[in-house]
Amino acid sequence: MNVGLEHYLVLSSLLFSIGLLGVIMRRNLLVIYMCLELMLNSANLALVALSRYNGNLDGQVVVFFIITVAAAEVAVGLALIVALYRRRQTAHVEDLTSLKF
Amino acid sequence: MANFLFYLFAGITLLCGALVVLNRNPVNSAMFLVLSIASMAGLFVLLHAFFLGAVQVLVYAGAVMVLFLFVIMLLDLKEEERRRFKLLAMAAGTFAVVVITAIFVSSFHRTVFFTPPALAEGDTLSLGKRLFLEFSLPFEMLSVLLLVAMVGVILLSKKELK
Repeated sequence: MNVGLEHYLVLSSLLFSIGLLGVIMRRNLLVIYMCLELMLNSANLALVALSRYNGNLDGQVVVFFIITVAAAEVAVGLALIVALYRRRQTAHVEDLTSLKF
Repeated sequence: MANFLFYLFAGITLLCGALVVLNRNPVNSAMFLVLSIASMAGLFVLLHAFFLGAVQVLVYAGAVMVLFLFVIMLLDLKEEERRRFKLLAMAAGTFAVVVITAIFVSSFHRTVFFTPPALAEGDTLSLGKRLFLEFSLPFEMLSVLLLVAMVGVILLSKKELK
């Protein structure tokens, strides 16, 4: 059986699930952030596959924008984590409960 | 050949993605994320998205992961290895993931897939034409976004945060 659109979509959904599992399961802010990147990448893969099999390049342009925004987002997020670490000396979500009711 | 390469890259991507989640050491997680992203660039090339494959390697595997590793080195994250996973969180997380995967799979079952005669070619020339002719305003806005992000990062990482 030749590899088609459905193979790429199944792979992308599996990767999304793995990333989601990491976001829920891990307690370290940085690892959670890495799993978010994984989820973002799986969405990129789905967009590229759909763009190829629809014969339309717009999906790939969107992926290009997503990659750029993700780079900016990573820079801001990591700066926030570093600033947080400076104040609280921790990068664990369990220790950051000031907003908990 | 293309089928074999797809399964190879898909296997590497999934395996390294799982290892990102399961590894206790954040540095190892970051390394496996690099591998996963690099093999995803291979998948992009298989999809004839050559420009995006190159951008994926340059921006993600290069710039973003260097940033991650730099911050991991900056913070002292040895503590992670002593903590255990919470059982309840693991059960709830696995349940949520299983439900979402089931939703994906059932929606794929109901979809009729077909391959159109003309597949898109994502080479640099056609993507660049698309980007600069039709999407030039979002492209310019993106440069403003990058500038804002840069200013924000510099402000956030100043020594005394007011």
